Amino acid sequence: MTDSKDLWHSLNQFTPARIAQGRAGMSQTTRNSLEFQLAHALARDAVNIPLDFAQLEQGINALGYTTLTLQTQAENQRLYLQRPDLGRVLSASAVSCLQQHPSTQADAVVVVADGLSSKAIEQHAVPFLRLLLPELQAKTYQLPPVCLIKHGRVAIGDAVADHYAARLCIVLIGERPGLSSPDSMGIYFTYQAKSGISTDADRNCISNIHSNGLSYEQALKKLLFLLHEAEKCQFSGVALKDETTETTTVNERRQINFLLD
Amino acid sequence: MYKIHTAKLSYDFKTLRNLMAKATPPRSGDYLAGVAAANNLERVAAQWVLADVPLKQFLNEALVPYEQDEVTRLIIDEHDGVAFAPVSHFTVGDFRDWLLSEQANTKVLTSIAAGLTPEMVAAVSKIMRIQDLILVAKKCRVITRFRGTIGLENRLSTRLQPNHPTDNPAGVAASLLDGLLYGCGDAVIGINPASDNLEATSRLLYMLNDVIDRYAIPTQSCVLAHVTTTLKAIEQGAPVDLVFQSIAGTQQANDSFGINLNVLHEAHLAALELKRGTLGNNCMYFETGQGSALSANAHEGMDQQTCEARAYAVARKFKPLLVNTVVGFIGPEYLYDGKQIIRAGLEDHFCGKLLGLPMGCDVCYTNHAEADQDDMDMLLTQFAVAGGTFIMGVPGADDVMLNYQSTSFHDALYVRQVLGLRPAPEFERWLQQHGIFNADNQLMAQRQLPALFKPAVQKLTGGGND
Repeated sequence: MTDSKDLWHSLNQFTPARIAQGRAGMSQTTRNSLEFQLAHALARDAVNIPLDFAQLEQGINALGYTTLTLQTQAENQRLYLQRPDLGRVLSASAVSCLQQHPSTQADAVVVVADGLSSKAIEQHAVPFLRLLLPELQAKTYQLPPVCLIKHGRVAIGDAVADHYAARLCIVLIGERPGLSSPDSMGIYFTYQAKSGISTDADRNCISNIHSNGLSYEQALKKLLFLLHEAEKCQFSGVALKDETTETTTVNERRQINFLLD
Repeated sequence: MYKIHTAKLSYDFKTLRNLMAKATPPRSGDYLAGVAAANNLERVAAQWVLADVPLKQFLNEALVPYEQDEVTRLIIDEHDGVAFAPVSHFTVGDFRDWLLSEQANTKVLTSIAAGLTPEMVAAVSKIMRIQDLILVAKKCRVITRFRGTIGLENRLSTRLQPNHPTDNPAGVAASLLDGLLYGCGDAVIGINPASDNLEATSRLLYMLNDVIDRYAIPTQSCVLAHVTTTLKAIEQGAPVDLVFQSIAGTQQANDSFGINLNVLHEAHLAALELKRGTLGNNCMYFETGQGSALSANAHEGMDQQTCEARAYAVARKFKPLLVNTVVGFIGPEYLYDGKQIIRAGLEDHFCGKLLGLPMGCDVCYTNHAEADQDDMDMLLTQFAVAGGTFIMGVPGADDVMLNYQSTSFHDALYVRQVLGLRPAPEFERWLQQHGIFNADNQLMAQRQLPALFKPAVQKLTGGGND
């Protein structure tokens, strides 16, 4: 196999995207075609790898926080993929498990769901919580145990927030695995989450937390900003804009790159 | 009404909404919603009944009540009775036959578009095969303009989609340049920002503006932030070419997107006022996709393809430059496999075109769907044969921000090559002028970088051609 690259392949230093790949005629080269198939095979398989919840519990416990592992009504992976509605509802046993836990005076709930990428949660949940949970404590928030949800969709956080009557709902979830990032974690934040009532428009999303994406620190900064603003204006979602650096001038916005120097 | 006795069984579909759902070719989202036919016979029975429904009935029986849904009100209030007159006597079945006939030529189809409702075109699509969807759509011609002319015959445009996981300017620029050097970007250079941050959105808007300006590229830019974020950016003076928004076919679903017709109207006016188009003022870019209404639990008992067609009524109101059905993005809960994705993409294109929209298709799939590159090649090829307006161009077909697979720059070149399709004329001239394409619209052999971009790349490597 020849290894044809385009003249501008030095641009690869700036992005994980598949650029400057060269061509066979005007089509993809054999090497690139097979590399794509390899990545697709890995990503396809990643969807079906179950999350090791025991290990996750241990990791969070080791940070000094308690956990509660719950399941949704999507009993298996096949059902989870085909029935998103079931992934938004707690199973009967999860509900009774929650009911055994006192639901007094929680300000915020932190929920971790496997979603579509167990790898994302396996790699990023504990390191991110290590930064996040002390920040929440520093705000003197009352926190119930971190709830770990098997086969959960984003809206499962609403059910947990409902139970603890918590104002702030933070969901960490494995995002759909991409070819180049099978381990991407997303964070969804909802103010006053209500099961069956909150919609996507009520949430703020911070996505692409992985080694080639957003760092834990960057994600944390955004989340803390959103929490702070939501407490102030008492809502979240599309009306709550992430305006972290609003004071820049037009010239500062004109960031330079190699095409414009 | 809506009854049939066939193959020793009787069916009573009761309402038009139910009949439409039962007549829909199988797809997972309709099973999920509990509106699909229970079996093949029920589906075909519904198709027989649907074929006998007069088109006029769609004006009398709203699928979602007029009082309760602003999309229904839009459809009914803006229906053009004069444009409808030539087809008003047809049943759905007659309409199909007529659409396939020689009488239904480009001119006639253009003239009736405002007389058709989304439900009428959705209904007829349900009794059409793939080849019917292709044949009729190919006769439709929808031309829009901003800095280029989109939708001319034997042209296929591309959206250059240089996404980056953190919106890093150099990362975006790298994919952008790669796309341009592969002849991509005449429909729009459109970035999905990694976050809906106003600052990040503005930064990308300025950058795209400056690149288009510096290299005199006859195209337009778009940052696909929420419409309210783009409005704020406009207020702050950011250079906005196209306003983007995801839209759906029910008021409730649009609510869940945080939008309504008023907000879209406001954004449309704000963008028009900027007067940034040089050839025309189509300044909206909409994205849609079957299943989005159900995903928001707002399908109102309709099947997902009918919901999708109703989203086109919303789009049509604002004279968009581009409408993109992001067909395979939503996942297998709504479109299970390659077969369902392919049919949905061609249905969407057919319905949109018949309603007078510049329809593109994000030929795409996710890693949890039962689909692969072969499926995408089939949809890509069929979509282009059907006269599709534009497709996406993503480096190596792998979107490293949105985590799904779309069409690559190479894919666009393939389909242009086999079908003799050209880019928009203004962009084509630019590509040829700068030695990216030759006179036959093939990529030039690159022994050297085109002079236009040589300085930018050489800075990185400290000279030389490598």
